[in-house]
Amino acid sequence: MKQAFLDLWEILKGSLITARHFCVNMTFHTLRLFRLSKRRGAVTIQYPEVKKEIASRHRSLHRLMKREGSDRPRCVACQLCATVCPSECILVEAAEDPDPDIQKVPSRFVIDIARCCFCGFCVEACPEDAIRMDSGLVELAEYDRANLVYEMDRLLK
Amino acid sequence: MTDILIILVKIVCALVWFLVLTLYLTWAERKESAVIQDRIGANRASILGLRLIGLFQPLADAIKMIFKEDFTPRFSRRFLHALAPFLSFFFVAVTVTAMPFGDRIRIGGRTITLQILDMDVGLLFILAMLSLGIYGILLSGWASNNRYALLGGIRGAAQLISYEVALGLSLVGLIMVFPSLRLSYIVAEQGKLLFGFLPKWGIFLQPLGFLIFFVAALAETKRVPFDMPEGESEIIGFFTEYSGLKWGMFMMTDFMEIIIISCLAATLFFGGWQVPWLGRQGFLFPWGGQWLLPSWLVTVFQVLAFNIKVIFFCWLQILIRWTYPRFRYDQLMDLGWKGLLPLSLVNIILTAILLKI
Repeated sequence: MKQAFLDLWEILKGSLITARHFCVNMTFHTLRLFRLSKRRGAVTIQYPEVKKEIASRHRSLHRLMKREGSDRPRCVACQLCATVCPSECILVEAAEDPDPDIQKVPSRFVIDIARCCFCGFCVEACPEDAIRMDSGLVELAEYDRANLVYEMDRLLK
Repeated sequence: MTDILIILVKIVCALVWFLVLTLYLTWAERKESAVIQDRIGANRASILGLRLIGLFQPLADAIKMIFKEDFTPRFSRRFLHALAPFLSFFFVAVTVTAMPFGDRIRIGGRTITLQILDMDVGLLFILAMLSLGIYGILLSGWASNNRYALLGGIRGAAQLISYEVALGLSLVGLIMVFPSLRLSYIVAEQGKLLFGFLPKWGIFLQPLGFLIFFVAALAETKRVPFDMPEGESEIIGFFTEYSGLKWGMFMMTDFMEIIIISCLAATLFFGGWQVPWLGRQGFLFPWGGQWLLPSWLVTVFQVLAFNIKVIFFCWLQILIRWTYPRFRYDQLMDLGWKGLLPLSLVNIILTAILLKI
């Protein structure tokens, strides 16, 4: 008998918790509607209008760095990123640079974002700090699959 | 002629009230569950950029449901398959005829009851119609010719029949206290006072009866703690093979059942349209004060009180649906036959003894 009442009390406690959540959240929704409180009644971030700040360590779309004072990439086409890439989504084709101090530049630098797993190994491997993943772009959806293959001019932007 | 016209107007008003409340209960359910879970809930439906916290969502849902493909599987029994949703919808929709919304009003020398039909057996009528709703479930399960749908239909029938027993017996005590099956009489009785100050509501006279009634009624609505016929996580339920508007009718039936159960709980146990200490002339407080009101304002108060009670019980049922995990099938049967049935019998005996003393 006593156990039955204890069980009933536990059942009641469950609905009291949800009722408490309802009452507290409703109070703050109402207060906020009349601009009486800053606290929000819900934790929801209304995505397309409001965006969550991206953490500084977050790995977003790659970008190629440029040499200081010029439009040319820092990349020396050493192939380290293409070698380390687990998804094998990086293609680098080397060409000769007229500047004897640099010697090599990429003639093509292609990343297939559809295959990329955003592991960040290419950034770790790069000896020239030529590739970074801090563009902050995360909305990479496309209607056409071919648009997911990023050529060098798009990566340099 | 005028009598027929009055009845027609009453039917239209009651049905509009019922359907609008049903429509907005879907919105309320989404919003309430969201607030419980610290979310915001549906708020994107808009007309010309006007959102109004998602108040247009039910309209959008209705439009979607009407224009979706109404698919009937090749292997189903077509006629029964089409009939089932209408059956369950109809049997819930007719119960509103017996609901008292307010006291009698006088317009131009005529006395009009705010109730479509003041039946002698109003309570029995509602219970009977709710039981007949089983046919819709069973037929939909059978006519779909789908194993899971049939399982859902059979479970639904078994569950509803078992809980009908407890539901009916839990109300016997109440009928003994207010000796009538006429709902308007039961509500009028609850306007009296107990010990001179407490309104004579059913809940104060039949607390155990109310508890049994409410649990059994929750099982009747086939929603989550008791969602055996549906069982989203195991069998999809009796409406597996339905789509579009027919599926929508099953969903509407569910929500209408919630409202009817709320109406019943309010009418039988919480004084229906009675406001505590509100008489036909106005408030007569037990501590001596009084506040006289014109009769139209009294009627407004009564209808408002009924609506507030109904909405509170709808709120409570949604809260319960979003709090508790579902029963296992054998646990459900245990609760019905070994828990609620003996308790309701005990309630009847206790009531009989207390009435005799």
